[in-house]
Amino acid sequence: MEISPSLLNNVLIPIVKALVIVNVMAVMSGVLTIIERRSLAFLQVRKGPNRVGWEGSLQWVADTVKLLFKEDVVPEKAEHLIHYLAPVLVVVPALTVFAVIPWGPEMTFRVPGIGKITTGAYATDLNVGLLFILAVTSIGIYGIILAGWASNSKYALLGGLRSAAQLISYEVPMGFAVVSVILMSRSLSLVEIIEAQRRMHLWFVFPGLLAFFLYFLSGVAETNRVPFDLPEAESELVAGFHTEYSGIKWSFFFLGEYANMVTVSAIATTLFFGGWLRPFPNVAALSFLDLIPGIVWFLAKIFVFMLVYIWFRGTFPRYRFDQLMDLGWKTLIPLALVNLVVIAIAALGGTRGLQILAWILCGGFALAVVVVTRTRSRKAARAARPVTPVEVRA
Amino acid sequence: MSTANYLPILYFAVMAAILPVAAIGLLSFVRPSKPTPTKLSPYECGIAAPTEAFDHRFSVRYYLIAVLFVVFDVETIFLFPWAVMYHRLRLFGLIEMLVFLVILVVGYVYAWRRGALTWA
Repeated sequence: MEISPSLLNNVLIPIVKALVIVNVMAVMSGVLTIIERRSLAFLQVRKGPNRVGWEGSLQWVADTVKLLFKEDVVPEKAEHLIHYLAPVLVVVPALTVFAVIPWGPEMTFRVPGIGKITTGAYATDLNVGLLFILAVTSIGIYGIILAGWASNSKYALLGGLRSAAQLISYEVPMGFAVVSVILMSRSLSLVEIIEAQRRMHLWFVFPGLLAFFLYFLSGVAETNRVPFDLPEAESELVAGFHTEYSGIKWSFFFLGEYANMVTVSAIATTLFFGGWLRPFPNVAALSFLDLIPGIVWFLAKIFVFMLVYIWFRGTFPRYRFDQLMDLGWKTLIPLALVNLVVIAIAALGGTRGLQILAWILCGGFALAVVVVTRTRSRKAARAARPVTPVEVRA
Repeated sequence: MSTANYLPILYFAVMAAILPVAAIGLLSFVRPSKPTPTKLSPYECGIAAPTEAFDHRFSVRYYLIAVLFVVFDVETIFLFPWAVMYHRLRLFGLIEMLVFLVILVVGYVYAWRRGALTWA
């Protein structure tokens, strides 16, 4: 059987990619829940779920089956149609975004019956990829605010409103941080951004240190995660916008949340950490690292970010809502503007200018870390001295 | 760059929609459904009389944040094409954008001084 190349390239391969990526991500978010629960247990010195499967590794399967067959309670006075639609509205954009995430470089492999296929490990390389991601991830906000409104419960309504306010507030510094990366890469295409980092021999995290912090903080806030998980602040709003949700509809909000976390990690990896590139892509002495395929590098970097998310959750207390808004509007936005101007000035000097900026920023950062830790440990030593048991006895 | 580049997004959207629609819709036939009046009332902690949210009023600050967001987000959208073409505009582009940002900052400072950014 002969398959025409245009049919193969425009229809069959993208459909297969969509099938694989969407389903893998849906399963991944299940796996991530068990990784998160076990890691949190580790951070809190307890065991965590360890019964189902090896060390609890199949707990998420058991949970999924339970949630699928659980009764779906919809409050009598809720807006029924929108109550059903809201979780779909959260999940669809969260998974659609994966169409433009560049998981790996172009690969060639042999398929029996068809022949050799060369295709990128990404579904499509849009020339407006970054803009597409910002636009589509924002659609999820509708799902959250509609879920809160349609439930006809005051906790859900307040949770949904808070969530919307928080998401749009952090959208602004995130947008500015992303623009500063475009200044360096000169393109909105994600593949092109990775290639620019190879060309310049520079991960953009070094000149864009501040931009990276801004992006990742805003990303944590946009995914409603600790320490910015106010929409779900259980001590004041029960469960926030999904108070009136149960069973599988409830779990789709979490599928959306985990998918969004992966997206934020993937974009952070692409924009700042060289995407699928190995560390030091221009140093020939390290070329043995090329034995590890690009897609593995990409997934490993994403995984590190996911662990940082979990680490945050195990470490930080929750912000208060006014503090959250202050941080977004009064701290992050001015910082983002300063960062933008600094990078614009450095970009005038081309690659050289960015490299100089990278040295200044990273040197300053390292110096700050050293100074802060030294003053801290000195203070701690001074505070600890008077209460030694020897002195008390004397 | 053709429309063919955008087709995969459609496939992804359809695939992503099938998942929740199938899980919520099809499996609704196998799920138990035993509604009781208490179950169907909105959640409330320890209070018998259920509350309604549709006539609830909420803080006007949410609207204010939404308006500010529209202003700032439009600014960001203006920055995108500028950033892509920056390496050709060079110094001219930098000065142009500084003027633009100064105008933006004036509005930002005004909103700050008027207390629009303070949540209390």
